[in-house]
Amino acid sequence: MTGLLARLGRSGIIFLRHLGRATVLLLHILASMGEVLRRPRLLLEQLFSVGVLTVLIIAVSGLFVGMVLSLQGYYILSQFAAEATLGVMVAASLVRELGPVVTALLFAGRAGSALTAEIGLMKATEQLSGLEMMAVDPVRRVLTPRFVAGFISMPLLAALFSALGVLGGWFVGVGLLGVDDGAWWGQMQARIDWNEDLFNGVIKSLVFGFACVWIAIFQGYNCLPTSAGVSRATTRTVVHSSLAVLALDFALTALMFN
Amino acid sequence: MKSSRQLEMLVGVFMAIGMVALFFLAMQVSNLGTLHTGDSYEVKARFDNIGSLKVKAPVTMAGVEVGRISKIGFDKERFQALVTLSIYAEYDAIPQDTYAKILTAGLLGEQYIGLDPGGSDEVLKDGSEIEVTQSALVLEEVIGQFIFSKAQEGEK
Repeated sequence: MTGLLARLGRSGIIFLRHLGRATVLLLHILASMGEVLRRPRLLLEQLFSVGVLTVLIIAVSGLFVGMVLSLQGYYILSQFAAEATLGVMVAASLVRELGPVVTALLFAGRAGSALTAEIGLMKATEQLSGLEMMAVDPVRRVLTPRFVAGFISMPLLAALFSALGVLGGWFVGVGLLGVDDGAWWGQMQARIDWNEDLFNGVIKSLVFGFACVWIAIFQGYNCLPTSAGVSRATTRTVVHSSLAVLALDFALTALMFN
Repeated sequence: MKSSRQLEMLVGVFMAIGMVALFFLAMQVSNLGTLHTGDSYEVKARFDNIGSLKVKAPVTMAGVEVGRISKIGFDKERFQALVTLSIYAEYDAIPQDTYAKILTAGLLGEQYIGLDPGGSDEVLKDGSEIEVTQSALVLEEVIGQFIFSKAQEGEK
């Protein structure tokens, strides 16, 4: 019994220590933002590996999620003879929820895990210590450009996801199921508010991007410098990011669309 | 590692795709593209019952959108709903005795205000009030009246 209690307390203390360390790391990264302006080349490389390489999976998923939404929505809405609102349903669920959330989950799996593995391996092979030996701050040189790249990429990827989802839904709804083209776009434009729906979706994806890269970078920087440690840190990145995104999504939705 | 030029171009393409997607969402999917940005003037109208009319619902004339509802309030003295319509400035020749009624788009759709022009030479200006209005059709009341009239028929 006491053993159980002691272990619980221990994991609580470890959690708090990690949270504190992650916060210090975040402050360190935010304080060294100037590095990105001084060496834009570093950011460019990271935008490529974090953003450009993630485009394909986001584009394909967005297209298919939109198509499935349209198909399922049509099945329900046609029972009420309300197929004309299919466009509104597809666009609203994509722009408000699925766009930011699914993009963040895919981002954590594709880019977040890669970030953690890369940084963890740099730590395990003592490249980060090597940088420190040369009086180069690894947080400034290695972590900050990655953080900024993730933060910039996420809203763009989420917008791409939603846009392709709407087009995929349009292809299925209007092209295959015979919903009226004018009703699809007209009702959508009448009901989706640029401020309430679209802008809040963008804010969501900014918050998710922040959380995902923060977790990924911290896990990489904090991992045990062994192969098992790197592999565990990579897994933790995906699990923690996904949970953080889903929990944040609930909180943000409750705040924004009450 | 990719050459500097290739890298720049690919990242540029990525940024452009993202921006185009955002622009597409704003203009084609949301109401930003159809949003009326010009001037407008405000006209008031009182209704006995507005049903489920909402702020930002369209105001139409002959089915064409000529304005939006900007405010819905309650008149404490007359126990009526006080609706403020903001009419786009280009429609500046709407007669004073225009008739405003609350209509429903489709059977269960959203409610909006329809204007039927009157014959007066005087026109609505900023701050003037529409005198003749018709309340929203509330389904329960219509059904209630129908049942009531049926019951009366049965008594005869």
